[in-house]
Amino acid sequence: MDPLTELDRRDEDLLRPPPPVRRILVDEQPTIVQAPATGTVAGNGAVGIAAAPAVRRAEPSPAPKIERMRAEAVSIAYGEKLAVDKVTIPVRQGEVLALIGPSGCGKTTLLRSFNRLVELTPTAVRGGRISLDGEDIDAIEVTALRQRVSMVFQQPNPFPMSVFDNVAYALREQGSRRPRRESLQDPVADALQRAGLWDEVGSTLDHPALRLSGGQQQRLCIARALAARPEVLLLDEPCSALDPRSTQVIEELILRLREEVAVVIVTHNMQQALRIADHVGFMYLGELVEYGPAEQVFGSPREQRTREYVAGAFG
Amino acid sequence: MNATAQRPPALPARATAPRDSVRAWPLRDQVGYYLAWIAGLALLAIAGSIVAYMAYRGAQYFDLSLLLESPNAEIDQSASGGFKDPLIGTAMLLVMSTLIAAPLGVAIAVWLTEYGRPAGLARAVESAIEIVAGTPSIVLAMFGLILFQEWFGFLTFDAEGSTLGRSFIAAAAMMSLIALPLVVGATRESLNAIPRHVREASYALGKTKAATIRRVLLPAARPGIGTGTALGMGRVAGDTAIVVVLLGSTLQIINGTDGGVFGLFRGTGSTLTSYIYLNSPAGEGLAPEKAYFAAFVLMCLVIVLNFVVTRLARGRKPQWTR
Repeated sequence: MDPLTELDRRDEDLLRPPPPVRRILVDEQPTIVQAPATGTVAGNGAVGIAAAPAVRRAEPSPAPKIERMRAEAVSIAYGEKLAVDKVTIPVRQGEVLALIGPSGCGKTTLLRSFNRLVELTPTAVRGGRISLDGEDIDAIEVTALRQRVSMVFQQPNPFPMSVFDNVAYALREQGSRRPRRESLQDPVADALQRAGLWDEVGSTLDHPALRLSGGQQQRLCIARALAARPEVLLLDEPCSALDPRSTQVIEELILRLREEVAVVIVTHNMQQALRIADHVGFMYLGELVEYGPAEQVFGSPREQRTREYVAGAFG
Repeated sequence: MNATAQRPPALPARATAPRDSVRAWPLRDQVGYYLAWIAGLALLAIAGSIVAYMAYRGAQYFDLSLLLESPNAEIDQSASGGFKDPLIGTAMLLVMSTLIAAPLGVAIAVWLTEYGRPAGLARAVESAIEIVAGTPSIVLAMFGLILFQEWFGFLTFDAEGSTLGRSFIAAAAMMSLIALPLVVGATRESLNAIPRHVREASYALGKTKAATIRRVLLPAARPGIGTGTALGMGRVAGDTAIVVVLLGSTLQIINGTDGGVFGLFRGTGSTLTSYIYLNSPAGEGLAPEKAYFAAFVLMCLVIVLNFVVTRLARGRKPQWTR
């Protein structure tokens, strides 16, 4: 078909009223609910709740901004392949830093270097300096570092134990089942409250964590990461496996948490970055192309590559 | 508002047979299809007739008091006693060989999946497991006989100064080699099924590899460990060659020279399999009817173990997304 005709037809499709919504009621004849009045059809074809609401920016946090971590000229390579190229970026408490960029741009590698998880890859090598409260992280014992710089992953991954033990795992000594429950009751409850999960699981702490819903599991992972009172919380696409409702809950949670910990989030979701980030770093082919306040990176990017990526992502 | 839903119009009648009907397939595929059906049904019939026949023959000599009587090597079947000793012997071998195979198998599986370096050594260990798994049990038995005659005679039954290389310890040690590959295989499989990010989540909380293995990975692999162990126990309960060679052809449990528990482990005896073998027409044929009942008991035992395997395999495996 001729491309122009095709475009025409698409426009027609958009102008046509949407198909009636079908509602199935249990034990009743299926019914057809009247289609919404045709007059409300918006120009972009979005109707009612389906319409993407204009992205609302979160208010900046009133908490003071304190720099907790800093990457200075950090380069990371997997064997011969350079994944992160001389990146310098600060991580501050009191705000959310979002790392955005296309797949394979090195944002997750950079994130994983903050708690030295990248060292688990045998071929990985790192140059440059990363500091935590002014101290070089290479000088900190790795298990101690990871208690101070905690991480939540893309897929919810509670451990095969009870809700209580999942949170307590972070607080107990290496592999120990001690201290016993009584002395950990308060910090566990506190972590669950900070992760906004207490109201849902407070009375069922003994249930297996893997029976929780996906969104609850992810908040449990956040509670687990918060339990040891870290200074920095790293989030690697924490919502990409979740439904929109759970995503919203977790985003609200992140906005609350930024006052007590420095938050770094890697996300593919531009609108998420716009909703929750205070600062945004745009990475491309291992380089930090642009770093600045979210309004500036999304509103008036300085770099051509940022402009194209941000524009493309918004459609 | 509530207009009733319209039924979709009936599909028009087809002029030709639908493509997905077997009759429309090429002959070759049809033959294959029916052969597959027949094979499945035949297997069902075979399994059913084994159970039914053994139950029938076992029921003919059904007598629970046999489970409580010690056997005697009497020509007269009515005086030949029951199979208490073989039952105890089977139980002892199951427990002893599991106690050896399960920890060892889990350790090997953990090393292979979590460490496995240098890679050449890991491959060699894998091959070693395959060799052990592929060795016929009679070969393992002969190997065990030499081993326990030449080097570990002090762990075997002492027949007036001459070492025969036979004892529960010797039999259990070789039996554990039968169970070992199954434990390793099932444990490795469930460890491999744990996504990498679960391990990383534990490291990211500042935990060491050892703590992660102990508190996260092994609990997650528990259904697999259980499955492998139960499978191994089924094989141990059913093996005959090792029992006949390494436990001897005495029907009764004979304590080793020094008495006590160690004496029992050093002693010889029999199991259900050797009892069946010795009492059937294939052996000395002294009590064939009792052999059928013993065979029925053994079959029930193994079926129960297999049932446990199925339950464990279906059990609550932790589900993570990769």
